[in-house]
Amino acid sequence: MSTAVTTHRPRPAAQPATLRAKRLPWYAAPAIALAALVVAAAVVYGVGIGGPVLVVVLAAVLYLAGLFAAANAVEGRRSARNRTWSALIHSAFVLAVLPLASVVWTLVSNGFERLDGNFFFTSMNNIGARDPEGGAYHAIVGTLEQVGIATLITVPLGILCAIYVVEYGRGRFAFAIRFFVDVMTGIPSIVSGLFVLAFWVLIVSPWFNDGRPSFSGFAAALALSVLMLPTVVRSTEEMLRLVPAPLREGAYALGVPKWKTILRVVLPTALPGIVTGVMLAIARAAGETAPVLLVAGGGAAINFNPFENNQSSLALFVYQQAGDASRYAPARAWTAALTLVALVLILTIAAKLLARRNRLGR
Amino acid sequence: MAKRIEATNVTAYYGSFKAIENINLTVEPKTVTALIGPSGCGKSTFLRSINRMHEVLPGARVEGSLTIDDQDIYDRDVDVTAVRRMIGMVFQRPNPFPTMSIYENVVAGLRLNGVRRKSILDEAAEKALRSANLWDEVKDRLGKPGAGLSGGQQQRLCIARTIAVEPQVVLMDEPCSALDPISTLAIEDLMFQLKDKFTIIIVTHNMQQAARVSDRTAFFSIEKTGDPGRLIEYDNTQKIFSNPSQKKTEDYITGRFG
Amino acid sequence: MGETPHRSADAGTGGTRVTQSHERPAGASAHVAEAPVSTRTPGGTGLGGGGALPRARAFGAERAFRGLTLAAGSAVLIIIAAIAVFLVTKAVPALRANTESFWTFEGWFPNDAEPKFGIGALAFGTVLSAALALLVAVPVALGIALYLSHYAPRRVGTTLGFLIDLLAAVPSVVFGLWGREIFLQPVHDFSLWLNKYFSWIPLFGGDGPFGKSILLGSLVLAIMVLPIITSLSREVFLQTPTANEEAALALGATRWEMLRTAVLPYGRPGIIAAVMLGLGRALGETIALAMTLGITFNISFNLIENGGNSIAANIANTFGEANETGRGALIASGLVLFAITLIVNITARAIIYRRREFTESAA
Repeated sequence: MSTAVTTHRPRPAAQPATLRAKRLPWYAAPAIALAALVVAAAVVYGVGIGGPVLVVVLAAVLYLAGLFAAANAVEGRRSARNRTWSALIHSAFVLAVLPLASVVWTLVSNGFERLDGNFFFTSMNNIGARDPEGGAYHAIVGTLEQVGIATLITVPLGILCAIYVVEYGRGRFAFAIRFFVDVMTGIPSIVSGLFVLAFWVLIVSPWFNDGRPSFSGFAAALALSVLMLPTVVRSTEEMLRLVPAPLREGAYALGVPKWKTILRVVLPTALPGIVTGVMLAIARAAGETAPVLLVAGGGAAINFNPFENNQSSLALFVYQQAGDASRYAPARAWTAALTLVALVLILTIAAKLLARRNRLGR
Repeated sequence: MAKRIEATNVTAYYGSFKAIENINLTVEPKTVTALIGPSGCGKSTFLRSINRMHEVLPGARVEGSLTIDDQDIYDRDVDVTAVRRMIGMVFQRPNPFPTMSIYENVVAGLRLNGVRRKSILDEAAEKALRSANLWDEVKDRLGKPGAGLSGGQQQRLCIARTIAVEPQVVLMDEPCSALDPISTLAIEDLMFQLKDKFTIIIVTHNMQQAARVSDRTAFFSIEKTGDPGRLIEYDNTQKIFSNPSQKKTEDYITGRFG
Repeated sequence: MGETPHRSADAGTGGTRVTQSHERPAGASAHVAEAPVSTRTPGGTGLGGGGALPRARAFGAERAFRGLTLAAGSAVLIIIAAIAVFLVTKAVPALRANTESFWTFEGWFPNDAEPKFGIGALAFGTVLSAALALLVAVPVALGIALYLSHYAPRRVGTTLGFLIDLLAAVPSVVFGLWGREIFLQPVHDFSLWLNKYFSWIPLFGGDGPFGKSILLGSLVLAIMVLPIITSLSREVFLQTPTANEEAALALGATRWEMLRTAVLPYGRPGIIAAVMLGLGRALGETIALAMTLGITFNISFNLIENGGNSIAANIANTFGEANETGRGALIASGLVLFAITLIVNITARAIIYRRREFTESAA
């Protein structure tokens, strides 16, 4: 083979003869776009098969094809590919921005209608189909209590679990835990709701409640905990791994026992990142509807006691109002949705800012 | 194969910061030229402007003219990718593509250029790996990940990847700074051999290295932090290291400064 | 730590078994070294001194803490097992009472005196809507992620990336509401158009009414998972080492070729993970589909006629009027959903773990 190498030059196209390359003029792209638009309009209206939306879609397709053909002819295949992919990537962006912007816009514009004091300080108790009032006070209370309890359950459990995985766990067992934490991330919220329904509402709650199953905010909190746990474990795990080893070793070398090192040195160092993870988990849990529907049951009245009787939540309120026949219900649904999004976004933004300020390592 | 490079009044910016100013220098074909100087003096910036890699960074731009065999690479209708194919580059840290095997790494450049025939690729890979003095070490594991090699082998793999497309000029940006002395020696040996075919420009912090491998040496320096880097002296390596004409150069190579 | 007493266990070695008898000759250090957690701690270098090293305590704080973390870790396994056990417990009586085949019957009447229900149509609708949603969302999401990480000016990319991250946090009920109140109309018009010109394709056939269809449901799902997939894959793309991107460019690659040689292969495990997460969300999505699907119980590939259903949407829609058997039937359907998501998840994890080993040994 080595003899063949010397006799035979194996590179047809690798080196360009000249550095200069023919380029499409700057006006080529807009010209092709214009031509595509004209052709598309002519076709669509000429044949009469659609309206302006179809014109734009067809024009986009024609533009991509035209651009590729023109670039291929003038600049060569590689450049043509580069241009076409670039155009595709840009159009993916435009394509996605439209619906997402529409979501945001309708949410804000429709949500403002009922954004008043009445909405935030009344419940739906005794509100009939013809009453324009009514609010989400009971739902806000429910969301806060359920998410609060879920956080109280999840945070210690999640952090301890992450500590086990990172600091103590070894071998198969720790791997199994890591693996199932990953798997748990994918459990649908409705399944966690059904689990708590089967376990808590139908089996455990009758013990406290004269033998009858009872919905409660606490049950919803349990279901939300199942959803939050993997997020908290994963983010804590990641943060613990980022704590530099010398920090630990420094403490060990001073004769500090391992558990104290973890609690006093490792955890505080990782804390900002852990808080970020917890806040993101809370934000996700606050937006869950299905589990609350299944195990807290919803309800129109204010119920401060999370351990007894039905409770609502903001997300569930949105769902129920959206399905309500009253003509005042959609406005309530939109405003509740806006409130919910505001709550979730505040948590998310705070979490991201915190994460940005305290970046460990990386 | 090798070409002559001529820089005239090359000035390079990062945003509003002027990194180098008015560099004038000519590199002859089939020579090794070393760029030396203290940290931050702009030698890497200058190197990166030779194959238009400088402008990859956001806000970075170059003024002046840089010609390779009388073609200005900064001309408006010059194809950047053609420039970079003609002027290959080896980076400070070995950077083989982590998801590719050794073989795929070497032929990556050829594949980009549309070479598909297995026999051609095989030949080119063997030739490049032989030229990089790596063939004997890797011929039995061409399908293994390129990043599984040692640091020195990875760097030679990167050199093989660069020369596989048979460029005219090879730029090396401190290619040995992340390597141990034995790997460094292997790469220096390699440069001697490559000189037969390519024009080589190397940035180095190691003055012994510059003295060992290069034919000509350019000394860059800055007045103080924030000032643009300038070319202080450019001459035969022997002259620079034995009898420099500038006081600053002498201070630097004797270790009194920098 | 100043409070270290003469014979404390504070040397960091947690529980060796044996006695609480304290001082032992220096040979005890051998035991210390055997202690399960002592590998990285300088065993027995406490302040004890005097030729006799302090004994490790049998029931020290170290052991207690370790036990606590172990319990928390086991909780994850227990919860997963408990989910399976309790769902099965509650599902079995309902499945016994079912007078039709659970797998093939197309319908859902578990509350009747003679309960009849089948999972087929629901599982079909779940998989169909999720698959369609991903078919639409994945290419677009990867496109946006590449745009944000490698095409947009840096500041634009960061800002929009942040906005996308926020959209990923928007609750699904909001997307459901939007889909039903706003998006229904354009989809309805589009369905009419498709039906008019393409009714010869069975997917777009039928006589209407149109609108609350699989098409609407999966488009809403697609829009919902789009920010999630985008946000994760953008992060992955941004993590591509600059050195690899520069290596590709220095070989004379165009921007697209650079993306293809350096960025996309490097990000592949991350992309798979992002897509699988999106798929998990789409499969398990309840409320958005409950609000946008037309709710029927037949297996049909027609995308535009009112209809479609999914396991999760069916649970949300029929839970209210379910009696005991009805609940059991819904729990049984939830069990099937759980199984589907578990299979998807475990497959995805297996792929990622295997790939990760390759890239990690390579990195």
